[in-house]
Amino acid sequence: MQYMLIMRATDEAVEAYKQIPFEQVIEAMGKYNESMIDAGVLTAGEGLSDASEGFVVDFSADPPLVTDGPYGETKELFNGFWILEVSSKEEAAEWAKRCPLGPGSKLEVRRVQGVDDFPADNEWIQKEEGWREEEAARRAASTPGGSAG
Amino acid sequence: MTPGDAVTADETARRAEDSARRAVVAVWRIESARIVATLTRFTGDFALAEDLGQDALADALAQWPTQGVPRNGAAWLTAVAKRKAIDHWRRQERLDQRVAALGRDLERQEQAGADAVPWDPDEIDDDVLRLVFTACHPVLSAQARVALTLRVVAGLETTEIARAFLVPVATIQQRIVRAKQALAEAEVPFETPPRAERTARLGAVLGVIYAIFTEGHAATAGDDWMRPELSLEAIRLARQLAALQPDESEVHGLLALLELTVARFPARIDAHGEPVLLADQDRRRWDRGAIRRGSAALARAEGFGRGLGPYALQAAIAQTHADASDFAATDWPRIVAAYDALLRIAPSPVVALNRAVAVSMADGPAAALAIVDALAGERALAVGHLLPSVRGEVLARLGRDDEAREAFALAAARTQNERERAVLLAKAAAGR
Repeated sequence: MQYMLIMRATDEAVEAYKQIPFEQVIEAMGKYNESMIDAGVLTAGEGLSDASEGFVVDFSADPPLVTDGPYGETKELFNGFWILEVSSKEEAAEWAKRCPLGPGSKLEVRRVQGVDDFPADNEWIQKEEGWREEEAARRAASTPGGSAG
Repeated sequence: MTPGDAVTADETARRAEDSARRAVVAVWRIESARIVATLTRFTGDFALAEDLGQDALADALAQWPTQGVPRNGAAWLTAVAKRKAIDHWRRQERLDQRVAALGRDLERQEQAGADAVPWDPDEIDDDVLRLVFTACHPVLSAQARVALTLRVVAGLETTEIARAFLVPVATIQQRIVRAKQALAEAEVPFETPPRAERTARLGAVLGVIYAIFTEGHAATAGDDWMRPELSLEAIRLARQLAALQPDESEVHGLLALLELTVARFPARIDAHGEPVLLADQDRRRWDRGAIRRGSAALARAEGFGRGLGPYALQAAIAQTHADASDFAATDWPRIVAAYDALLRIAPSPVVALNRAVAVSMADGPAAALAIVDALAGERALAVGHLLPSVRGEVLARLGRDDEAREAFALAAARTQNERERAVLLAKAAAGR
């Protein structure tokens, strides 16, 4: 199962991080990433650039309103993520606890949904299965098959 | 709440204990390879190191739920295991230099505080690699290598391995005990093989990882919920190996093959649990992330410029499928070329037959029929359903319906798999 570790930092934490030499931060993160690569659990991960380069799409309006910000009352910013392939929630938690972050920072850990998460009895899911079967029958009539993938 | 407070309190305690137990298992999963590797270097005895690690794990399972998970679980487990090693030797009255060395190491570690890194990470990585090579040693049977690798490198518990392979726990326990005995008797040194042997031994390691993956991928029988997990475990092992041996092209080739194969998992089985043929799979359900990772690994394998090995070539075939928007849009000549190369370095009748399927798409059914018929004498294909099944497809495309029906009927009679038989009988009845 896959879990996403979402890095959330307060403005204070971001400021505090700026006080630590960049080299030191990079090294700590690098070692953390390396440990997850060595264990074979890291499948993706990116840092996000400063929020000033981002923007907000607000769906309160129709059509949705695109603004440079402000971020309103949000005191925490998402500024990076990792996606881990692990065997349990506890394993995800164990890796998350090893992240070299300081006070004011949080990691939000969320399970990434897979196919099994969608209800098999949902009307649209069933409709899609129906289309798929028709398509399969149509192709079976026109192609020579091939090996089971 | 009708059951009353006492029951609820029991339930709460049980849940807390269960959660602590899972935390212990999670730490073990992450750290066990490094711990056992370190202990093996210290004790010079792989079997002893593995036992000590398991004993330390048992202690953790008993203590952590009540005393809390230590900040550095790996250091805790290693220290406990080293103390057990010293006790073990004391009992055997073998107070030699090794005990002294271990004792000094423990003291240093305790002085430095439990949170200090108890080892040199660079050395550890080498140790883990040695561990991989030891668990996959050629003196062991293929089954023993698989069990030992899952246990000591992946950190799976005996019960998990037994469940994954649908065999009794006692069988797996026995396999592991015998494997450790065999390694001890053969006096297998704890080392990465010398340069000259490296490639041959690496082949055994890759074979073990591929066997683990295939067991999950084939999903042959029984309660199959654990099977995809097993494939993912194999991918984690392959990633681990790629991190440990970044200069070996075929390691990246194997990783690429596994990622590109696992990418199709979401589309391989329909809502009724029936297998879906590659031609019929909904490619929108393929895992793009896995395809990206697989392609990146293949690019690394190609980057060595020394030609591709068998795993990388199979990965190249899988990548060609992944690149195609649908079955008809597949770059068949590229797949034929990959099979040509595969036949040169790893010839087998099954590869030749798969190549024939690609040829039928690239050059038409007549060219393919000639290849299929030339394979009729192969012993490896004489009993299975593969040859008549492919022959049926090719004949049907040539419009030779009666012969196609015959071939499908023969294939149906030969297959051991009920679902496959149903598909083949349906084709026989339809005349294609």
